[in-house]
Amino acid sequence: MYSDKVLDHYNQPKNVGSFEEGDLSVGTGIVGAPECGDVMKLQLKVENGRIVDARFKTFGCGSAIASSSLATEWVKGKTLEEAAQITNSEIAEELSLPPVKIHCSVLAEDAIKAAVNDYKNRQ
Amino acid sequence: MNPTHPKPIYLDYSATTPVDPRVLEKMLPYFGEVFGNAASRNHQFGWAAEQGVEEGREQIAQLIGAQGKEIIITSGATESDNLAILGVAEMYGKKGNHIITCVTEHKAVLDPAHYLESKGFEVTFLPVDPQGMIDLKALEAAITDQTILISLMAANNEIGTLHPLKEIGQLAKAKGVLFHCDATQAAGKIKLNVEEMGIDLMSLSAHKMYGPKGVGALYVRRRQPRVRLAPILHGGGHERGMRSGTLNVPGIVGFGEACRLARLELEEEAVKMIALRERLYQGLAAKLDYLYLNGHPTQRLPGNLNLSFAFVEGESLMMGLEFIAVSSGSACTSASLEPSYVLRALGIGDDLAHCSIRFSLGRFTTEEEIDRTIEQVVATVTRLREMSPLYDMAKAGIDLKSIQWAGH
Repeated sequence: MYSDKVLDHYNQPKNVGSFEEGDLSVGTGIVGAPECGDVMKLQLKVENGRIVDARFKTFGCGSAIASSSLATEWVKGKTLEEAAQITNSEIAEELSLPPVKIHCSVLAEDAIKAAVNDYKNRQ
Repeated sequence: MNPTHPKPIYLDYSATTPVDPRVLEKMLPYFGEVFGNAASRNHQFGWAAEQGVEEGREQIAQLIGAQGKEIIITSGATESDNLAILGVAEMYGKKGNHIITCVTEHKAVLDPAHYLESKGFEVTFLPVDPQGMIDLKALEAAITDQTILISLMAANNEIGTLHPLKEIGQLAKAKGVLFHCDATQAAGKIKLNVEEMGIDLMSLSAHKMYGPKGVGALYVRRRQPRVRLAPILHGGGHERGMRSGTLNVPGIVGFGEACRLARLELEEEAVKMIALRERLYQGLAAKLDYLYLNGHPTQRLPGNLNLSFAFVEGESLMMGLEFIAVSSGSACTSASLEPSYVLRALGIGDDLAHCSIRFSLGRFTTEEEIDRTIEQVVATVTRLREMSPLYDMAKAGIDLKSIQWAGH
């Protein structure tokens, strides 16, 4: 039912946690809604225009957790512009998400974009 | 199953039950030497099959205080519900075109009711309170001179809430309206008596009570009043013309034995189920905060425990309970991507519906399994809450309802 990659991220999620809210080098994106069954919080730590670290916390199904875990891995080392170009279909493909779970990857893409925008707005 | 994995724990008895070994033993000869068609009236092969069927029918009837002749064999509760509702609608349609049911009924009741709406019937879907109970006054007020049928379940399949059948039956009787009761989940778990409860039609399923899949029954009252039904399946005129089709002889024999065992063991088993259920509930409540019970605290099926683990999505929790079989009202576990309509009807909020898990205990559940379940659920909920942004917010005293979420 779940791909091995989803199971790996679910069982050993990467970069769970939070950065200090007040830190100016951090951008935070929160997307989704409790009523819809998934909420993702994604944070990026930026130094010299490059993402040096990332954290997430997710309320959602296994695929949502895996999508956000993967997103934190992928954004590391990228510039903000590069990170904002990560698409949901890349995430869905990497995790072999079934059609019914595509919205989880959409949420991860939205979370990255929201975090990038938040960072930019704070500078 | 992989021998290196722990023995899986089955806590989904409301979905289906294993066939009791005593039931299986009783069925086996009917796959072999007693293979006749119960409708073959002219030779011993038929007679032997018929005898098995009639004994089974009698046991089914005894479980609910009915007569054998009042039991119509079907393929399962979905068929029984359809036959009761569509059969009454067609037979009594000239008398009236109004049916009353309730929003938390099983789809096997709701969908035929919606179908009848499309054919010109009026259907009242009664609301329920936050514990899943209907309001008897609202039921009484909904009855009109056009009402021909009230269809209300004995016990809800998701939240286990028990409807006040006796009061409903009295009301139906006083108003001259037929009362159909879907007792799929309740039969064999709580005492049911069609006479004392004033029930005119009752749906039953074998596989929810340690019998085989593919066989069910519809109780159809024969006197005071004599209920008539238009058939859905037409053919050889079996089952008093109400349900044609060659009888599932081994299935009926097994169903009968399952009913006999349930009748004898029901009371003792209910005590054991309630004790195990409370052990599970108290064990979880002692270690987890933000835990919500769905359904009624006391008027509920002995083996049903439906809980919402706030801030943890149901499917992700089930993923963590790798060797425990439960079910969830979360959208992610449904084909429709909508959270459970039963939980929604309680008005608990979609956020908590997504966090719900139904534990349904049964005959073969042990204390040791309950203790292992508590351990695993606590560990998984704790782990998932550590990665839940909502749990952080709740702990920080933020009212989640005050936030403008970007719904999708």
